[in-house]
Amino acid sequence: MADFEYLSPEGLRSDGRRPQELRVLSCNISHCLQADGSAYLQQGNTRVIATVYGPHDVSRRSEAQHDKAFINCQFSMATFSTSERKKRPTGDKSCLETSLALKKTFEAAILTDTYPHSKIDIFVQILQSDGSDKAVSINAITMALIDAGIPMKDYVCATSVTLINDTPIVDLNYFEERGPGPELIVGTLPKSGKIVFLQVNSRLHIDNMEKVLKEGMNGNQRVHTILDTLIKKHLEKSILT
Amino acid sequence: MLTSKTFVKKTKKGNVLKVVREHYLRDDVHCGVRDCSLCKDCPDGPSLDPSPLTHSTLCQYPHFLLPDTNICLHQIDFLEDPSVHNVILTQVVLQEVRNINPGIHRRLRDIVSNKARKFYVFSNEHHKEAYVERRENEGANDRNDRAIRACCQWYNIHLAKGLETTPPPRVILLTNDRENKRRASAAGIESYTVLEYVQSLTVSSHLLDRLATIADGEDSDKSSTRKKVYFPEHLALSVIQRGLKTGKYLQGAFRGSRENYLEGFVSIPSLEKWVLVQGLENMNRAVHDDVVAVELFPESSWTSPCGIIEADLTSNKEEEETDTAQLPAGKTSDPSLVQPTGKVVGIIKRNWRPYCGTLLPLQDMKGFRHTFVPAERRIPRIRIETRQGPNLLGKRIMVSIDAWSRLARFPSGHFVKELGPIGDRETENEVLLLEHDVPHLPFSPAVLKDLPQTPWVITDEEISKRLDLRHLSICSVDPPGCTDIDDALHYRELDNGNVEVGVHIADVSHFIRPKTALDEEASNRGTTVYLAEKRIDMVPELLSSNLCSLRSGEERLAFSVLWEMSPDDAHIVSTRFVKTVIESKESLTYAEAQMKIDDKSLRDDVTTSLRGLNSLAKILKGRRLEAGALTLASPEIRFEIDSETHDPIDLINKELKETNSLVEEFMLLANVSVAEAIYEAFPDCALLRRHPPPPTSNYDILLKAAKGKGFDLIVDSAKSLADSLEMARIPDNEYFNTLLRIMATRCMMQAVYFCSGSITYKEYHHYGLAAPIYTHFTSPIRRYSDIIVHRLLAVSIDSDVTYPLLLDKHHTQQLSNHLNHRHKMAQYAQRSSVSLHTHLFFKEKDKVEDGFVLLVRRNAIQVIIPAYGIEGSIFFDEHGQSALQYDESLLSLTVSGTKFCLFDKVVVRIAVEKKDLQTSKLALCLVSPVISGSNGVESLKAKKKKHK
Repeated sequence: MADFEYLSPEGLRSDGRRPQELRVLSCNISHCLQADGSAYLQQGNTRVIATVYGPHDVSRRSEAQHDKAFINCQFSMATFSTSERKKRPTGDKSCLETSLALKKTFEAAILTDTYPHSKIDIFVQILQSDGSDKAVSINAITMALIDAGIPMKDYVCATSVTLINDTPIVDLNYFEERGPGPELIVGTLPKSGKIVFLQVNSRLHIDNMEKVLKEGMNGNQRVHTILDTLIKKHLEKSILT
Repeated sequence: MLTSKTFVKKTKKGNVLKVVREHYLRDDVHCGVRDCSLCKDCPDGPSLDPSPLTHSTLCQYPHFLLPDTNICLHQIDFLEDPSVHNVILTQVVLQEVRNINPGIHRRLRDIVSNKARKFYVFSNEHHKEAYVERRENEGANDRNDRAIRACCQWYNIHLAKGLETTPPPRVILLTNDRENKRRASAAGIESYTVLEYVQSLTVSSHLLDRLATIADGEDSDKSSTRKKVYFPEHLALSVIQRGLKTGKYLQGAFRGSRENYLEGFVSIPSLEKWVLVQGLENMNRAVHDDVVAVELFPESSWTSPCGIIEADLTSNKEEEETDTAQLPAGKTSDPSLVQPTGKVVGIIKRNWRPYCGTLLPLQDMKGFRHTFVPAERRIPRIRIETRQGPNLLGKRIMVSIDAWSRLARFPSGHFVKELGPIGDRETENEVLLLEHDVPHLPFSPAVLKDLPQTPWVITDEEISKRLDLRHLSICSVDPPGCTDIDDALHYRELDNGNVEVGVHIADVSHFIRPKTALDEEASNRGTTVYLAEKRIDMVPELLSSNLCSLRSGEERLAFSVLWEMSPDDAHIVSTRFVKTVIESKESLTYAEAQMKIDDKSLRDDVTTSLRGLNSLAKILKGRRLEAGALTLASPEIRFEIDSETHDPIDLINKELKETNSLVEEFMLLANVSVAEAIYEAFPDCALLRRHPPPPTSNYDILLKAAKGKGFDLIVDSAKSLADSLEMARIPDNEYFNTLLRIMATRCMMQAVYFCSGSITYKEYHHYGLAAPIYTHFTSPIRRYSDIIVHRLLAVSIDSDVTYPLLLDKHHTQQLSNHLNHRHKMAQYAQRSSVSLHTHLFFKEKDKVEDGFVLLVRRNAIQVIIPAYGIEGSIFFDEHGQSALQYDESLLSLTVSGTKFCLFDKVVVRIAVEKKDLQTSKLALCLVSPVISGSNGVESLKAKKKKHK
């Protein structure tokens, strides 16, 4: 499959999108009444559930920090989320790594000093995986945090980008993610343009870095617009009812 | 703007997986027609005319053509014709073509990218209205046909609405499929077969010849009752794939035999020996280079190649008579010669290309049907239909194969183009370049634009960045008449008693920057091809013979390797790579350099350098041979070319002097040093060169040959082979050792480029040079691989920057494969060019020379003539002589009591034998030992009779 046409000369990707187009993004906020905040977000066929508990008391002494809240983040993938059934939903290396990365990301975005001696739990689970899992998780967590009413500096928006024939393409599906290009996942605070999450899988040449990163940031702006409208719509609806 | 469609697909990856993919349908796909009021924003600008001209009597209104998949696949020559305009290619068609034949897909894409051709690709699969979903119980092909028809319908409605021209253009579906055509007309779409359409054209009648003759499915069924079936049916691809998995069938590339048209081989990666396929029926329409599936016979019926040299002489007319030419079954007594034998059960992928050749002369050239004889002996004759028969007689022409039906002895094809008269040097050169896929067109303006401005001078800024070595006495040593000098050397004594040796290589990567048109062109050409009387440059002449060439007395940019060595044992103390400015003091030929070294009276700088280098080179060579490097031989000749007529006037055997090996040793050393350096800097993406050791079975024939003369060669390692080759000498036959080395060379594998990340370090070994790691650094003017190596090395010493593709492992591996192909083809082209010129040389001559038997076959011996480096076969015929006796174990052939063994000395007459306008060939006739009626001409004639 080495010479598969990921981007046709007519400028269409294999699923019919243009290089800079995102997949259809929709979100169901507060679907889980048990949690303090929750969001079910789907970007194309990637579907994610994020739930937020807290801020609440720390469960162990050691977790308590005198000047800021402790953030616990757990990323997992449902056994049925990929085409081949996964053996274990959580606790493997890559999940742990992702959990840690997400934790760091949101430590940077949440105003943690508002809640000293307390803890915020973030649980995120991939229900269906079709590429850009981490980026979609970040977007879902943002929505859940907003739903929980936890103060943040800004939305955290993320997209994945790769490079096919020197053209950056945005919001990869599983098929494109497995393709030959390097994958860059960038999460930003859209208003300030600050980067809070950055990951590059396989080699990306320094000459291309800027181009790819710029496209990722642009993608984040678009994600931001969508998320913002969704939140506003949700608020309108909940105020009216 | 987006509509989402999700569909489910199953793929097999060991186990069945469910794959879900999104499929977006859009409403912003442009129809491609200029001035369309409904569509907006076409990315490359719409390419179709709003009111296309029509030349067809069938449809006298403006129209666009919309070919279906089979038309694109089979009638690509028609589509490529510049008189065909305003064609819509649908995405579904392109995808199908891509899956079936990537080569044709590339050609279609080339047409599309040429704006003047007015082709448009319509992305129907993502178009909201033109998209059709596969129905239940509908085959993929049926669905695609329906999609194509849906496009036609959509276009007809869309054009009527969106264009103001009256009448609005219509879309004509071109299809040869009857069912498709019937359904199209039922849906109100105008559809024609290509033949109908082309016949109706009032202009460009030449198109008719370019059409492929594809038998309609139904026609062949009807005739099958009365026509003879020559071949068994091919298995379906799905059956083959199942068989490949279970190991019932094996997949490999089919290699026709040059010696016998009734034999072929299939090279299968998992088997050490090639699989032998004997007989037309077993070969089952496989053509050289096709990827086929073979089924092996039980081991008891394995045999060996029959060893008879035979050309396919069956002509068109004789087809009715069954071709009963049977091969003598492998009557081999020697089990070591037995090869896996099998039959072709199906074709996995055809690799047909346009072939060069001639028409077979017939009594009546005015008829339509002709037989085409390809220049490549491994390709069968092709039947074509053309109206230009009388014109094409005596011309070299190009023909493509269209199909090979079970009912035909030969494949059918169509005429592509005329190249020129036979025997004309220009035409023959063109033929050999085309046959070997050598890009030889002049450089395009875009490429020339990337060249530096002339007059070109080295700026002070450039000098400040480089090491200035202009004061050193650097000289170059090359063959006479060489204008692309890419290496120069220097030698000087250092104060600490050591010596400094420098190899200076033209800094081509300074001029050829990545991502320029020049770079792309050079990378595509891959190598400079040296023909006997001209050179097909890889880079434009300004660079190759001027700015990059390290000519004497001119300041040039170079990339240098500087070693500090101890003078006594050539031990390398330190190695340094640096970009430099140099000025060569003298450009010498090998002979001049040798004279300088030998002339005791000379004491100038250059001469002392050469002497110093020479003594070091001897030590280096000794060390290399000690490590097991092979000294191989292949006959090499050079032509003395008349400067006016370009005819060869003399043949000179290339002579090797001490200075040849002087230059060679330092180039090898530089290559090894650079290979180590770039591998250290780029363990994953260094471009290296390796030479795999041959499987021991390759040596069988060599071992047997040597044994016949009482020598035992040891082939366990390169070292033992080199040693035993050195021992194998016969006092009264000096050429014997050279012959053995020639034979050993032919047992070797090809050396190949590869990307260091793709295999393990152990496999990097270069067998022939006995070096653990090796690359090409020293000839960037004529090899693209060296340019890449230069770039890598420049990055590793911080004098240049990287670019994305340079560090891309996959790209480097792809590039290596491409370069390997180009190098192989260039070698073949060079060889053909030599034989073409040998032919021209002997045109008016008749020479008698000594020769040696190099190979013995059942009905012929192959003779090499050292004086000219020519090889040829001498046939013996069984008729009119006492039977031929072939002894396999001794490799000897007894003809009328005279026994021919390997390495025997014979005397032959060389002359060009010309039967008619079409065919002339270099023939060898035996002069001594005398055997009546043994020359090639008579034996060929006799064989013809036998066939009738």
